[in-house]
This record gives sequence, C-alpha cells and structure tokens, in this order.
Amino acid sequence: MDSELKREIIVDNYQNPYHKGLKNQPDYIKANTNNESCIDNIDIELKIEDGKIIDANFDGEACAISTSATSIFLRKIIGKTIEEVKELINNYENLINEKDYDENKLGELMAYDTIYLQPNRKTCALLPVNTIEKILLQMEEEKNWK
Amino acid sequence: MIIINREDFPILNKDLIYFDNGATTLKPKCVIDAMNDYYYNYGANIHRGDYKISLEASNAYEEVRNKVARFINAKSANEIVFTSGATDSLNKIVFGFMKNYLDENDEVLLTKSEHASNVLPWLELAKIKNIKIKYIPLNQQHELTIEKVKESINKNTKVISIAAITNVVGDVRDINKISKIAHENNIILVVDGAQSVPHMKTDVIKDDIDFLAFSAHKMLGPTGVGVLYGKTKYLEKMAPIEFGGGMNQYFEVDGEVEYKSIPTRFEAGTPPISEVIGLGKALDYLESIGMDKIYNYEKELKHYLINKLKKNPKIILYNESSESGILAFNLEGIFSQDTAIYLDHYNICLRAGNHCAKILKDEINIKNTCRISLYFYNTKEEIDKLVEILEKSDDLYKIIL
Repeated sequence: MDSELKREIIVDNYQNPYHKGLKNQPDYIKANTNNESCIDNIDIELKIEDGKIIDANFDGEACAISTSATSIFLRKIIGKTIEEVKELINNYENLINEKDYDENKLGELMAYDTIYLQPNRKTCALLPVNTIEKILLQMEEEKNWK
Repeated sequence: MIIINREDFPILNKDLIYFDNGATTLKPKCVIDAMNDYYYNYGANIHRGDYKISLEASNAYEEVRNKVARFINAKSANEIVFTSGATDSLNKIVFGFMKNYLDENDEVLLTKSEHASNVLPWLELAKIKNIKIKYIPLNQQHELTIEKVKESINKNTKVISIAAITNVVGDVRDINKISKIAHENNIILVVDGAQSVPHMKTDVIKDDIDFLAFSAHKMLGPTGVGVLYGKTKYLEKMAPIEFGGGMNQYFEVDGEVEYKSIPTRFEAGTPPISEVIGLGKALDYLESIGMDKIYNYEKELKHYLINKLKKNPKIILYNESSESGILAFNLEGIFSQDTAIYLDHYNICLRAGNHCAKILKDEINIKNTCRISLYFYNTKEEIDKLVEILEKSDDLYKIIL
C-alpha cells in the first residue's frame, strides 16, 4: 500500500468515520478507553449474539489515528465470530508491534503498517483493540458468573 | 527585545522552541550547577550539625527559606514550608488545616477553571466532612469577576481557594480585591500561585494572602520541590499530615510526642536538599531580571502572538483577552493532539489536552485544546516560526501520518 493511499484511508475514516454514534441499548456491552498516556476518549459498544458480533458503534473525541483505526476495526468485525475477532486483533497487534502477521486478513488496517516508526502513536493505533478486548473480557466474566 | 542571555539555558542551544512553560520551565545552567555543587562538594544531610559539610548544607537550605520569604514578601522565613510541589502544598493546606478548621455546612468557593490540584483535595475533604464545594460562575470570557465573587458569598462561606492565574484560560485574578472581600466576610483566602509566582511579582503582605502554594519547577527550578506559604497564625494551627524524622522533638513508646515548631514540623523526612538549593538559584536568576519586567515582556509576547494568529482563519482562540502568557487554541477540524504532533515535527513543544482542568469543559464546551504558555526566554522570532508553520498546516496529515 503506498503512503498516499494509507493517508487517504486514515483521513477518510477520521473525518467521516463509520459506526459513529452509540445506540446505548441494554443488549449492547460498552467499554471506555482508559489510555493513561493520552487524551483520546472513546466509548465502544458491541452487540454480540450466539458468539457473533451483530453490531458495533463508537463515540468520543480522539486523534486521527485512533478514530480512524476504530472506524476501520468496527467495520471489519461486524459479522465475525468472537474467535475470528480475536485472531484479527492478534494479527493487528503483531502488525503494530513489528511481529509476524498475515497481510491478507488485515486489509485496510495495513494503513497502519508504519506506525512503529512513531512509537508514541502505537497506543493510538491500539486504542480500539484494547477497548474491544475489554468488552470481550467483560462478556466472558458475565458468562462465567451466570 | 529579548531580556535574557539565551545561552544561560543549555537546552535552547538545540533547535528547540519550547512553549509548554505552564507544564514546566527550562532550567538555566546556574541552577543545575548549584545542585551539582551540593552533590559534588557538600552532599550531607541537613540538621546534623556535627560536621562541617552538614552545617554547610543546613545553611544553604535555610538560606533559601529566607530567599523565598523575601521573594514573596513574607513577614518571616518561618512562614515558608518546603513541600514536594504546589499539589503537595494544597493537600497540606486542605488536610492539615481545613480538615480541622471547617465545620458542618461550611462552604468552600472554587471556580471551574481551577487545576485538578485545587479541586480534588477539596472534593475528597467533602467526602469525609459535611462541607459544600461551590463554584463561582465565570463570565463569557471564562474569567473571574469581582462581582461574581461578591454574589457567591453567603454566611456559610469560609474559604475561597483560587488560582491567581489559571492554567488554561490564563486570566489574572485581582487577588488584592478578592482578599479584601474575603477578609471583610471572615473568609480565608487560599491562592494557587503555580502559574502566577513564576510570572509576576507576588506580595503576600500587600495582597493579604492567607495561604499560597507554588512549585519550583515552573519557575526555572528543579522538579520535586515547592512552597507552602501560610500566615503564622494559621501555620501554628495547621496539623502535620506526614510524620517521621526531622519533625519531632521527642516521642515515647506510649505515644507521647512533641513536634518541632513551624515550619520544620511540616517537613518530615529528608527534604529535597539539592532541589531547594536549586530553587534558591532560580530565585536569584529571576530577581536579576525583575518580575515586573518578566510580566510585561510576556504580555507583549502574547499580544504579538494573538495579533499574528488572528490573521489565520483556521485558528480558533479561546482566551485572547486574558493578560498572561497563556493561549489556548485549536486548528479548525483538527484534534488538538494531532496539531501538537504536527508542531513537534518542527521541534515546537506545546501541550494538547485538557491541561488538568477537567471541569473547564463545562464552561468552554470543548474538552481539548492546544496550549501555548510563554516564558521570558521565548522570542518573537519563535512566535513567527510557529505562526508560519500553523499557516502552512494544510499538509498536516501528510506530516503526521
């Protein structure tokens, strides 16, 4: 992916993000980013049925990288099973942290393949996945409790 | 016009434009040298007068107490307590003094533009004591007016705790008048001087300030040391909130204990000795320029900055009327952090965020801003560079992504 295209993907998803605006319904599980090193403030909500992501939304104020990454991520995970989402997260984290990844599974997320050059922006790029992981953990805890 | 020798600040010899002085200031070589001198040549603990270098360290430490007293025009050096910073000073005032002083239903007046360190201790105290925390309304420019101070006072008001200059809006409060109003109503005035003491003349007698808190690192000094000033009559009634070595006269196994007199009573444990010595040098440096000169120069710089930035239609200014070197702004449509990262690409340092004034968002309806906070070593040339880079910011995403 050339740098012009990467930039276009990021800026488009920042200025006109997908799935922005929370539904705040009881059948959604919500989590807030709690990034201690920056000022990004995003809520993500997921609707999960039968182990599958049915809907995903976010809201909040954040920088271009975290907002765009959230937009792209949410778009990608709708319709996926939790296992598939976990695999995607794993792949994406590897991309950001300069480990081995499967390019074919990441698609537009490849726009972040040079973020490691700006180490202080890694947390921005990882913001959506950390928040989604929080939701999945919350869901598992609830399930175990039941 | 530049009022100092920039070579005094080694870090400025690099290609760096530093506009985050509200967070912390740069240090002149003389401050660092004084601290090194202590560590290299007489690095003993204080108040252990059995040998020469300990006496030398004690004298150097106590001499700074005198300097601080002179710097803010306190009546006595006994009114100067060294703390770890303005936050520590405010916590000591709230939990050492106010916790005992305030009764049920008493009210404390703050404003929504206060720094976290002048809000959270009060909110915590309100959890354990049945007191009320109220906020004096701000005007359209998010500034505090004397009228609103007067209107907010009622028979239960016991304390007004406000910054002399706020850290985002940068409004310079008329502490002299507010103090008169407070004292006419038997109200104690606590002043958060973190953003004012480094930038303008402070006179605790003329302004009749009851308590004052400030940090050394925001005025050329090192991190880890600050000052709590309190009138003698209040410090005598303030309880220590930290206990240990250096602050007690004697103690027995059964809990019988006598503490030392003020201000030593409030300095438990080994204090930041080299940092206090560094603070002393910072005060010398500031005095060699003159606080009035510093204040006027910064005001001139701010007006220059505003006039230039106003010509850029993409810039939204939030506090152009305030008379201090603090300016909050955003580039239209750009998240503040992205602007800060863009500027960092050109080695311009400024801060993005809510600047620890998290309840200010209720006032200005915007959570995050970029903040320029000037100091006397900044120049018009640096401002020109900033203005130029903000003007060509159409390629911002090209730079940061």
